[in-house]
Amino acid sequence: MTQKLIIIGNGMAPGRMLEHLFEQAPGQYEVTIFNAEPRVNYDRIMLSPVLSGEKTYEQIVIHGDGWYIENGITLYKGHKIVAIDRARKTVTSDHGVTESYDKLVIATGSVPFIIPVPGKDLPGVITYRDIDDVQAMLLAAQSREKAIVIGGGLLGLEAAAGLNSRGMDVTVLHVMPTLMDRQLDPAAGYLLQRAFEDRGIKVITKANTRQIVGTSKVEGIELDDGTIIPASLVVMAVGIRPNAAIAKDAGLAVNRGIVVDSGMQTSDGDILALGECAEVDGMVYGLVAPLYDMARIAASHLAGDRTPVFVHSDTPTKLKVTGINLFSLGDFAEGDDREEIVLRDATAGVYKRLVLKDNRIIGTVLYGETADGAWFNDLKKKATDISEMRETLIFGQAYQGGSPLDPTAAVAALPDDAEICGCNGVCKGKITGTITSKGLTSLDEVRAHTKASASCGSCTGLVEQLMTITLGAAYNPKAVQPMCGCTELGHDDVRRLIKAKGLKTIPAVMQELEWKTSCGCAKCRPALNYYLVCDWPDEYADDYQSRFINERVHANIQKDGTYSVVPRMWGGVTNAGELRAIADVVDKFEIPLVKVTGGQRIDLLGIEKDDLPAVWADLGKAGFISGQAYAKGLRTVKTCVGSDWCRFGTQDSTGLGIRIEKFMWGSWTPAKLKLAVSGCPRNCAEATCKDIGVICVDSGFEIHFAGAAGLDIKGTDVLGLVKTEDEALQYIVALTQMYREQGRYLERIYKWAKRIGLDEIRRQIMGDADKRQAYYERFVFSQKFAQVDPWSERVSGKDKHEFRPMATVGYPEAAE
Amino acid sequence: MGVDMNWIAIGDISDIPLRGARCVKTQQGKIAVFRTAENEVFAIEDHCPHKGGPLSQGIVHGTAVTCPLHNWVISLETGKALGADNGEVRTIPVRNDNGALSIALESLMMAAE
Repeated sequence: MTQKLIIIGNGMAPGRMLEHLFEQAPGQYEVTIFNAEPRVNYDRIMLSPVLSGEKTYEQIVIHGDGWYIENGITLYKGHKIVAIDRARKTVTSDHGVTESYDKLVIATGSVPFIIPVPGKDLPGVITYRDIDDVQAMLLAAQSREKAIVIGGGLLGLEAAAGLNSRGMDVTVLHVMPTLMDRQLDPAAGYLLQRAFEDRGIKVITKANTRQIVGTSKVEGIELDDGTIIPASLVVMAVGIRPNAAIAKDAGLAVNRGIVVDSGMQTSDGDILALGECAEVDGMVYGLVAPLYDMARIAASHLAGDRTPVFVHSDTPTKLKVTGINLFSLGDFAEGDDREEIVLRDATAGVYKRLVLKDNRIIGTVLYGETADGAWFNDLKKKATDISEMRETLIFGQAYQGGSPLDPTAAVAALPDDAEICGCNGVCKGKITGTITSKGLTSLDEVRAHTKASASCGSCTGLVEQLMTITLGAAYNPKAVQPMCGCTELGHDDVRRLIKAKGLKTIPAVMQELEWKTSCGCAKCRPALNYYLVCDWPDEYADDYQSRFINERVHANIQKDGTYSVVPRMWGGVTNAGELRAIADVVDKFEIPLVKVTGGQRIDLLGIEKDDLPAVWADLGKAGFISGQAYAKGLRTVKTCVGSDWCRFGTQDSTGLGIRIEKFMWGSWTPAKLKLAVSGCPRNCAEATCKDIGVICVDSGFEIHFAGAAGLDIKGTDVLGLVKTEDEALQYIVALTQMYREQGRYLERIYKWAKRIGLDEIRRQIMGDADKRQAYYERFVFSQKFAQVDPWSERVSGKDKHEFRPMATVGYPEAAE
Repeated sequence: MGVDMNWIAIGDISDIPLRGARCVKTQQGKIAVFRTAENEVFAIEDHCPHKGGPLSQGIVHGTAVTCPLHNWVISLETGKALGADNGEVRTIPVRNDNGALSIALESLMMAAE
């Protein structure tokens, strides 16, 4: 019979518990979750990568809304449980919802410890616990001002590194003499401090906070010695404590955390507790590995199998700051009965220390070089007698038994039960076994099936080595990445074969190159369509159904399904007549938002799809054509006012920009292409972060390319200097054509340039007049077919079906 | 779904491009009607289970569509998200009588509750 299971809390531990439970006892429970946070279950280990910008929130969601629906879970988001009635077996939320349970699981996690100093409640003082804290930090970081992180432990340092990478001026205050004193010995703590200082983060140790100063918001911190450090943001990351209040109120046994037995059961037989709020055998836990262990055990007990029990084991600690490798495990305090082996390599920034007792490893600190962490962990776990290999132990596993320096030898020699992924408790045998039994060949598949390297990712290298060992030559991480799941061929091979075999339609490509699917997928079809458009401009008929919606309807789809429209504004120059026409269109179609873009033109947002042709018709009457703001093609040519107006201008940058745009509009490229022309090196058009840019100087035109100011930020490289406007245009066009012919679909010009090499590009465009001329001519030829305004075509009736519903049903009056 | 299902004509198969889709507006929301490369016709809610993206605007491949907003791939046959994503949209019964297409409105009504 189905029983009712209620879970208070929706963090990683209960999420994992449910995964086990549904696998072990499907249908046994009807599950209801109360989550005080208004969202689904996400990976808290990955908050630091979100803060530093290496991941997005969407990428760290563990269970999307669909998972809850699929498993029939009722999830109350933003409901905090305020009372547990053990006699009636009910819980009640702060929104007044009461639900009854047969079994209750408390997984309320922990609360950050707030040091009780004056000013702790000022706006601008935050903790580091959940995604809301990260959002608050990201908002604060936009100011580029000063931040203080109180706490030089794991979380505090990750917060400091994240804020630093977001451009804030960061100071870390730590009360102890060295950083991460609970996980590192002073020597490693010192190396860590130096690594942080090298990044421009100030570290003050032995720092006691007297008060947080500020009147209406944080202005700084005063230390015990009277020093005042100014800051507009203070992050408190001094520790956590179990959140056991609700259990205490309900009369359950509570110490530091909610007291549970080795089967996660509280003092009430129908209530379990797990995660950071639980206390087992006098210990509370904050790292994910033991919490996942608890999840497995709680699931098993809920499913009726009471055999597995929780056993304490030391969990290695790793810091998730890109570029800093450290590993810490077990006990490394000094003592009379202990010995140590230390290796230091100051130049390489490596420090390793093993603490031994009775010829067995009891503690390990590795800094700078952590590859042997898993091996030391294994030796410690098994209490292996190391006297035989004592002389070479510190050099790592590769040096044992005279084995060669094969990078995979160390991993190959690990026993099957050696833990590879600490976060998810996955051992070597499980990984190699699953690779073999399921025929896995990619890292993503191994992650999906075993969860190894699927949390913090620090064991990815080990997992890849295991794949190499298990699959041999079949696994080559550096092998050509196929275009998509439909083919084994990479982009470059496909492009080459299209030319070599003279393939001129998508079905021909798929047939000749032995595509594995009947009609491709959303990854390969747009790519193939581009390659064919580029290579056979006169012969290939564009495959409209293989274009992404924006290129199909020549507008930009928005999150609500409406579209935005950007007319071309040559070189960013407009006039009263054009602006009046835009204003009239805005009024007529009640367009909700008019926005000036970064590319010097005007974006009309929130237009219904059905209205697009009429909007274009009106814009077209005023002389506008599509700005192709949606295209993997030429977008804008941004300009400054140049020598016509500016007292510093050296050339007519506006005129050149307009000339380039009129020459190149309509061309398709592997990814979007944005240009700019600045009239002098003051560079008001920001040409040095564009795909292609021109800096005008007295002696001519300096052509730049391969800049980026999006996901990556990169200044341009110089292609070369030319003397005349005509030359500038010719060189830019030739460069664009070279990129068009060689770029992989969706590969921006800076990535292409990195792959091909700047020298090679300079050689072909600057140094080889014949090549340059040939590229130029091929571009000019292809423009004959490309320069057709898509808006006026559609105003004249092309693709009519795209802009109206097929039918309207159920509206008795409106249906005519 | 009973025998007395209420079939509503929505147009001809040729109204939909091959490997394409069209919308049908109903009081219960938009329905996306797809025509695959093999001339099969499917109808599903025009609402991606992820963030509500209009599936009718996606690229159609095999018997699946890729949502234009965040690239979820939805099976046209089952309405379920394919690959690692979890989620599902409602499928709508559709009848093809030599090209004349109709959908079952009654199930829509039921589903709208």
